[in-house]
Amino acid sequence: MTKRAAVPLIFERSTPGRRGYRLPELDVPETPLEELIPQEYLRTDAPELPEVSELEVVRHYTQLSRLNHGVDVGFYPLGSCTMKYNPRVHEDVVSLPGLRAIHPYQPEETVQGALELMYNLGEYLAAISGLSKASLQPAAGAHGELAGLMVIKRYHNHRGEGHRTEMIVPDSAHGTNPASCAMVGYKVVEVPSDERGGVDVGALKKLVGPNTAGLMLTNPNTLGLFDENICRIANIVHEAGGLLYYDGANANAIMGIVRPGDTGFDVVHFNLHKTFSTPHGGGGPGAGPIVVSKELAPFLPGPVVEKEGDQYRFVMPEHSIGRLRSFYGNFLVYAKAYAYILSHGPKGLREVSETAVLHANYMMNRLKDVFELPYDRICMHEFVLSGSGLKEYGVRTLDLAKRLSDFGYHAPTVYFPLVVEEAIMIEPTETEPKSTLDEFIEVMKQIAQEAKDNPEMLTTAPHHTPVRRVDEARAARHPVLRWQKEQ
Amino acid sequence: MRYLPLTKDEKQEMLASLGLNSVEELFQDIPKESMFQGDLDLPGPLSEAELLRHFQELAAKNSDATEYVSFLGAGAYDHLIPSVIKHIVGRGEFLTAYTPYQPEITQGVLQSIFEYQTMICELTGMEASNASMYDGASALAEACLMACAATRRELVILPSTLHPEWQDVVRLYLENQDVAIVTMPYDEQTGIVDLQSLDSLPWAEAACVVVQQPNFFGLLENVSALKERIQGNGGLFVMAVDPISLSLLKSPGEQGADIVVGDGQSLGQAMGFGGPAFGFFATSGKLIRRMPGRVAGETVDVDGRRAFVLTLQTREQHIRREKATSNICSNQALNALAATIYLSVLGKQGFREVGYHSLQKANYMKQRLLEIPGLSAAFSAPSFREFAIKGAVDWKEVNRRLLDQGFIGGLPLARFDLPDVVLFSVTEARTKEEIDSFVSILRGLIT
Amino acid sequence: MSEKLLYTKEHEWVLVKGNIVRVGISDYAQNELGDIVFVDLPSVGDVVEEGEGFAVLESVKAVSDVYAPVSGKIVAVNEALDDSPELVNESPLEQGWIAEIEIDGPAQTGDLMNEQEYAEYLKGV
Repeated sequence: MTKRAAVPLIFERSTPGRRGYRLPELDVPETPLEELIPQEYLRTDAPELPEVSELEVVRHYTQLSRLNHGVDVGFYPLGSCTMKYNPRVHEDVVSLPGLRAIHPYQPEETVQGALELMYNLGEYLAAISGLSKASLQPAAGAHGELAGLMVIKRYHNHRGEGHRTEMIVPDSAHGTNPASCAMVGYKVVEVPSDERGGVDVGALKKLVGPNTAGLMLTNPNTLGLFDENICRIANIVHEAGGLLYYDGANANAIMGIVRPGDTGFDVVHFNLHKTFSTPHGGGGPGAGPIVVSKELAPFLPGPVVEKEGDQYRFVMPEHSIGRLRSFYGNFLVYAKAYAYILSHGPKGLREVSETAVLHANYMMNRLKDVFELPYDRICMHEFVLSGSGLKEYGVRTLDLAKRLSDFGYHAPTVYFPLVVEEAIMIEPTETEPKSTLDEFIEVMKQIAQEAKDNPEMLTTAPHHTPVRRVDEARAARHPVLRWQKEQ
Repeated sequence: MRYLPLTKDEKQEMLASLGLNSVEELFQDIPKESMFQGDLDLPGPLSEAELLRHFQELAAKNSDATEYVSFLGAGAYDHLIPSVIKHIVGRGEFLTAYTPYQPEITQGVLQSIFEYQTMICELTGMEASNASMYDGASALAEACLMACAATRRELVILPSTLHPEWQDVVRLYLENQDVAIVTMPYDEQTGIVDLQSLDSLPWAEAACVVVQQPNFFGLLENVSALKERIQGNGGLFVMAVDPISLSLLKSPGEQGADIVVGDGQSLGQAMGFGGPAFGFFATSGKLIRRMPGRVAGETVDVDGRRAFVLTLQTREQHIRREKATSNICSNQALNALAATIYLSVLGKQGFREVGYHSLQKANYMKQRLLEIPGLSAAFSAPSFREFAIKGAVDWKEVNRRLLDQGFIGGLPLARFDLPDVVLFSVTEARTKEEIDSFVSILRGLIT
Repeated sequence: MSEKLLYTKEHEWVLVKGNIVRVGISDYAQNELGDIVFVDLPSVGDVVEEGEGFAVLESVKAVSDVYAPVSGKIVAVNEALDDSPELVNESPLEQGWIAEIEIDGPAQTGDLMNEQEYAEYLKGV
């Protein structure tokens, strides 16, 4: 028998006949429904939507929100996700009707402000990346990867080199990299990491060849390490005729410090919901614009915005791959990134990255005596510890992650990257006060001690959360993916 | 900086603990010759007040639907948006959360996804829904790829009445995997797929046939003939639907669809110049494990309490990597939450009224426009909340002049190779007075 | 019956009955994989090559192929696993069997290990 959850489902609050919103009266003469739509097209069963008052809706979702952790609630050192503070003024600026209530098919002369924003943002992202031209269409990081890889593919095809179908991806890469390769029909060739955590240059040399389409790289990589061989890597790939793709998931480390274009990258995607602080929203919406070199600009997805005199207009690039989604991407999301860039300015963005890197190194240095540090060198904006030392007490990294919830923290990313056993990936970000970092460090030490003294405290954690450890196997074995009305 | 709390003293303390003198030393792994020198070519920093002013200036250069009366549709609609939505989705616990990978502290987002999935299943009549996609067009492209994987076929039949931008998106996704596309022509009189043309199509090789309901012209397609053909030949039946129309129209599930997708913008989302809204994706039970994207499922915690968790994760990129069902990671969760709140406050009755009022108002306007000499219905099939009108008029110029009178007119379809045709959309947000006034001004402009 | 069991280095077990070979995964393997939540079974009639992945086992956060120990045709699959994938954990050698393969000629089982050899092999894993 399943016990009731803390908050019932909205459907379980339903009372027949109740409503939470009233439409204006229908003020046009009515025509009988059957005269407008043939009977056989009409549904006979109404969708089983809840019947609740507005107050019930507000209470329900307020109660649900209180079961949820967010950056606003507490520290969120989730590696590779850049859970920094989301400035509230950015929510305000994109609430202006002049941005919220414009239609994508309005004549260009009626949306010049929107086009100006798009144009400027593209230019700013080009400046930050050291590349030439942006497309704002991709809706998320993985969508940006797809766009960038399609551009690379179209470029090779255009040059009569369609046989280049192998994309090299490091073993430490995000899962989206190989998955995106598969979506464009590329074969994934995995390059191993060397003992310093970077791309194994010797191995790379052996992997490149006439079929190489390119290399996808996150730099700093998922270990939080800047690949010191990046220029050699770029040369090897370029000499083989391939292109370099920069996964911008970790761009929070490099703004104003090093530009991907200057280290040889040809295509970049940015996760605006990470580096440029648009809120993650419980999993989206994000925005994953790409920026490319001059040679690749004609292949960008479109339309893109061009400026002519003081007018802005949409243009389809000459050899555009086409459209990756309808309209122009997540406009109200990337408008917040535009605001973020303006709020910070060039010096401010550099300070963001410097501080993010300083915070990460400070924490790494203070935690490396307690947890194993597989790559003991200066890190960038995040670092990866290993929880393998906990195993002798019968404790896994997962247990540590769950125990952290009891202290009001979100866990770091765990079990990723795959190249580190029992990985614990910590990204503090620049917006946390030092006191938060210090408190978290102390809690990590306390939990490490608990693992020795009282391992059960960890293996049965969490203890003080809205629900305790959930049965994931049951959910996957017998999927219940929706509520059903009781007959 | 405004959002950086680190003080000078703390910075020195941190550096000292690392045995460093300056922050620059932290970047020693970056090749010297690649280091960026100087300041990035960017404006700013702007104070909060300056930022607000700048955005107000940008917004003022746009003509928006609160200031003008709009009849544009074609994939983005000016429906009423209950106030309550923004207040709930603005709560930091939802707004500033990541994907709910730690279920014990993210039950709020997980349960709301479960409620969302239920509502999408109710609307579509399908057995399972994922947690959302980027938009309707990319959701449809993923549906076609999923049909190819499920049937091990490499050909997809698309209707020419599918939104032209959606056709572009599907084509781009499919060509990258060498999947062929065959397009069904439409009957120029009815405006829906030409059923006479079906015999010549390669049904036996097709992974799926797609139908958009209502179609790009706002017309209702005859779906049963397509469904019979494709399923009789072992392919899948894919429907792309408008969610508001499902308040009145027979659900795709009832019509035998295997995969159903659509764009959720009309469910309580701002038009926002085209984004963000969300795509929805629903399937029959037997296809659940081929679905792309995240899915929340019900389970229990160790104390036997009902709980929710992301499930069937082995389909996804972070586990299966290049063998995943899709590369999608981030979706449009907050927009899906907004839709869930929308459908909750509207409820069973209100939701039906949105569809019914839109239909009635669209029909009223259509009839009034047809009274204007020189204008005729472009097509004869029944329509929902959008309709195409034909008239030998310079619609672009007419729209310019309508703008001076406070109206954003319909969408001229010249850009989609239909000169003389304009597509109007009418939602429950329009009033009789607005419609009457628009019609009389238009009459004055073209007669 | 268990003494007739043979094992592969990939931790499948094989039970030879004439020209029919029943395949499952070892107790060690099920323990390493953790809770099995789904088994992607092949279809009866599928032809498989030795060494080829012919079924997929999914735990909550991992996916593993099951490799064919012999070449032949799938003649039976354990449909009980559709509803109860947990049988692979609970009874890996009996109720948790995965499929039966019919081989053309006599079974080439020379490379396979008997129970004792497999136990030795596990010590080195």
